[in-house]
Amino acid sequence: MATFTLPKNSTIGTGQTYRAEAGAKNVKSFKIYRFDPDTGENPRYDTYELDLDKCGPMVLDALIKIKNEVDTTLTFRRSCREGICGSCAMNIDGMNTLACLKPIEEVAKKDVRITPLPHMPVVKDLVPDLSHIYAQLRSVEPWLQSDTAPPPDEERRQSKEERAKLDGLWECILCFCCSTACPSYWWNGDRYLGPAVLLQAYRWIADSRDEATGKRLDNLEDPFRLYRCHTIMNCAATCPKGLNPAAAIGKIKQMMVERQG
Amino acid sequence: MSEQNSVRMQSPLGRVRGLGSAKGGTHHWWIQRVTSIALLPLTIWFILSIALHTGSSHAQVVAWIGHPLNAVLLISFILISFQHAGAGMQVVLEDYVRGEMPRMASILAVKALCWLMALLAALSVLRVAL
Repeated sequence: MATFTLPKNSTIGTGQTYRAEAGAKNVKSFKIYRFDPDTGENPRYDTYELDLDKCGPMVLDALIKIKNEVDTTLTFRRSCREGICGSCAMNIDGMNTLACLKPIEEVAKKDVRITPLPHMPVVKDLVPDLSHIYAQLRSVEPWLQSDTAPPPDEERRQSKEERAKLDGLWECILCFCCSTACPSYWWNGDRYLGPAVLLQAYRWIADSRDEATGKRLDNLEDPFRLYRCHTIMNCAATCPKGLNPAAAIGKIKQMMVERQG
Repeated sequence: MSEQNSVRMQSPLGRVRGLGSAKGGTHHWWIQRVTSIALLPLTIWFILSIALHTGSSHAQVVAWIGHPLNAVLLISFILISFQHAGAGMQVVLEDYVRGEMPRMASILAVKALCWLMALLAALSVLRVAL
């Protein structure tokens, strides 16, 4: 059966607490998942108290402040700090999102609990191993495929209506908040492609300039690659960019039926 | 999944491509939708009919089943229900059962059970109706 509980070496213990400096008035504590593969120890939650009067508004600001001023060993990915690179995807207060777009004040609870994206192998602390999901993305060949040569002196053209079909798809930044929020991806992620990768696949299926639609559908037509989606909709609920991968998957299924006659 | 604990040096892309696409699953998904829609009116008809027979005598119920239209609708309800239940259970088992062999064995067992129950129920209707 699918594993519903954490294995023994993954159960999370309690780690250290780093108190806020004396005299701090606006204190919020951040309970952060820590795991170091080099120690051989189980993961733990460390608690960091921060003075919000001396911290930026977003969760990423707090993480950077902790790393700069409190505990340099805290490990996480970040780059653009404005919701366009997808690096700082993590689970904050029970919901996958981007730390840079999540205001600290939105977390009503006493502790802001931060864990890595769920159900992925952890490299260290908040850094998940994404090599499998990147390989899945590559397997749908997310680039334009066309046998017709492009016009020699201009770009490949699209009508406004054709271009409009890509809205809600091109905005995906591949943070994988959706795929790692999907129970079907948790249980069968080895074969199910998951919402993020299927949305990317549909982004090229829906592109009027692409000529490989049939080949792309062939590649997806599989009980596990595509049909593990049961429209649970966690993907749409969690997407920090407000996209709807479930709708894109629904359109792929529709095309599968359509081409059968 | 059996090789999960052994060292795996195959590249992630090689693992993802695996045995390739099964080029199937659409029919299963589509039939699940079609049967669920067919079951909507059939289930309402079945429940209403049973409710209307509260207090009926054995002879009255036998006569009702014996009517060709009722017999055909009953058999349709039975066959489509078990088809739908089997297809739905297959999805649940594919979701949660680990390993190719247990997965295939459990799906086949459920399918066999659905097949037998459907035939048994249909034959019972025919015995009364014919």
